[in-house]
Amino acid sequence: MNKSHTILYLDGVSVSFDGFRAINNLSLVLDKGEMRAIIGPNGAGKTTMMDIVTGKTRPDEGEVFFDGQIDLTRHDEAEIAMMGIGRKFQKPTVFENHTIEENLMLALKGPRSIFPALLHRRSTAEARQIDDILGIIRLGDKRDQLAANLSHGQKQWLEIGMLLAQDPKLLLVDEPVAGMTDAETEETARLLKEIARDHSVIVVEHDMHFVRELGVKVTCLHEGSVLSEGTLDFVSADERVVEVYLGR
Amino acid sequence: MITGRFFAAGADRRIAITILILLAVAVIVPLLNLAVSPTRAFYVPSYIVALTGKYLCYALLALALDLVWGYCGILSLGHGAFFALGGYAMGMYLMRQIGARGVYGNPILPDFMVFLNYKELPWFWYGFDHFWFAGLMVLTVPGLLAFVFGWFAFRSRVTGVYLSIITQAMTYALLLAFFRNDMGFGGNNGLTDFKDILGFNVQADATRSALFAASAVTLALAVFVTWATVGSKYGKLLMAVRDAESRTRFLGWRAENVKLFAFTVSAVMAGIAGALYVPQVGIINPGEFEPSNSIEVVIWAAVGGRGTIVGPIIGALLVNAGKSWFTGVLPEFWLFALGGLFVAVTLLLPKGIVGMWDSWRGNAKALRAASLAEEAGTDPVAPPPQKIVRSAATKPGDWSSSSPEPQPAE
Repeated sequence: MNKSHTILYLDGVSVSFDGFRAINNLSLVLDKGEMRAIIGPNGAGKTTMMDIVTGKTRPDEGEVFFDGQIDLTRHDEAEIAMMGIGRKFQKPTVFENHTIEENLMLALKGPRSIFPALLHRRSTAEARQIDDILGIIRLGDKRDQLAANLSHGQKQWLEIGMLLAQDPKLLLVDEPVAGMTDAETEETARLLKEIARDHSVIVVEHDMHFVRELGVKVTCLHEGSVLSEGTLDFVSADERVVEVYLGR
Repeated sequence: MITGRFFAAGADRRIAITILILLAVAVIVPLLNLAVSPTRAFYVPSYIVALTGKYLCYALLALALDLVWGYCGILSLGHGAFFALGGYAMGMYLMRQIGARGVYGNPILPDFMVFLNYKELPWFWYGFDHFWFAGLMVLTVPGLLAFVFGWFAFRSRVTGVYLSIITQAMTYALLLAFFRNDMGFGGNNGLTDFKDILGFNVQADATRSALFAASAVTLALAVFVTWATVGSKYGKLLMAVRDAESRTRFLGWRAENVKLFAFTVSAVMAGIAGALYVPQVGIINPGEFEPSNSIEVVIWAAVGGRGTIVGPIIGALLVNAGKSWFTGVLPEFWLFALGGLFVAVTLLLPKGIVGMWDSWRGNAKALRAASLAEEAGTDPVAPPPQKIVRSAATKPGDWSSSSPEPQPAE
């Protein structure tokens, strides 16, 4: 298969932990600029798939390619992040003892070695980028507050803001609307659609209302492999999908 | 957000005051020792100068530990090893300064080598007759050990209690190695009987005062360096690695390098502390590698308040002053007192003295602000029930109205 148009290419990937096959012969292709929603019951392997893509977990077998030709199984987390894959965790993970502005500053694209960081002075360009992101995630008036003081939903947004600061090519977003109100969920969907205009995005989410709002191709995972793929209507009409969601 | 800035400004002021006090002490104490007649009330006796000089070296060691423990969460139980290595490097210089004035009168070989039938100077003693070389070794030996140790440990992602245990093992291994006579470092007697440093008599009051002043100035410099490091973007990163290491990795930072740099800098600081310590106490022996010494450093930092820069210095001074007094009055109970102190601090003052002071002042400030606002006719203690505003938000992104004031810093 031709990989040149893909941003992410997984083929025949398997990984097991202590004999449990978390990912079983998974194949998934994401085109450049595409946004994809991934659904699936608990334990379907959604988070493990993200661990593989971001270099946290090495697959036992199978191919994982980024941007057509980069073999992700040969790189570690920091290298993969620098290549342009950003990740938002399921549980919002921000630097709680830093202010919101400092959180964004640490995420901002730029050199990642020690000595530049020691001597770093904030440039006006960086300040403007941070201002822009603060505007997008609507935390501008809280920029000097500690991230620990944010609500759950606000932390989710800050983490998305940190992803934006990183300016990756591919964003992996794990459960972005968990713990959000309906209005916030709607706003998050709007934000993600906006991001998807010039980024490739994979969103893992349980909230079907939110997935419908995104209006993109859906992949349903089950027991570590793809169960069904297509529009949300197609997938939710698939009998096997209904079966795994409702149990048999 | 204003309170946040104020606290930041408060911390900066505290650093400035600490540096000023240390510089002032570096001038005043030697003056009171040398220029004031012993019969006057302001006279500082020489033994006090030597004792407090020693405490300042301990304070520098505690500050070094604070950089890695307080700001990066690396609980090193082996920092005494870096201290002792710096001390040995200085001790080797002092040994070679003795020259032919030793008991055996050998112009090249130190006494213990003559005694142990060494025919010639071991290669690793070469160069130590020069102060600059010894000074370089004071920095490089602990730094190199920390770099190599950290390179392996952090790359293999050894963290938490496992890392603490291997740092402890490192200092214990060095303890056993330095106890051996054929290591060439004087075995269990260590290095002692020093005569001169840079041509001045180590025992003389003026030299002692100079060493005291050097310790105080070095500590002031180390406070400044630590403060500048911690305040830089790298410092923010250091704390970010402490709080959410995997997050920093997924942002593209190499967490192992972040830790390695802090660990190496910290070891160099500990080595300098050891080098200043040895001429003031007049001896260095393998006992300095004792794991219990390293644990004591952790207690100083914990008592003063880790992650506060000033705290570990206060902790080191207080605990050691307490130790000097206690071991004079009730020597056999000191270790119990130390253990009890650690338990008490962990239970009652988890943030140490400085952390406690900060939160107490933060509370006092919040109370004062509250009473002021009450006089003005508003009641900030019970703001209108906006806490549930998030679920009641009609507009997306309406979070800004949730809590108008930041929480007081804990």
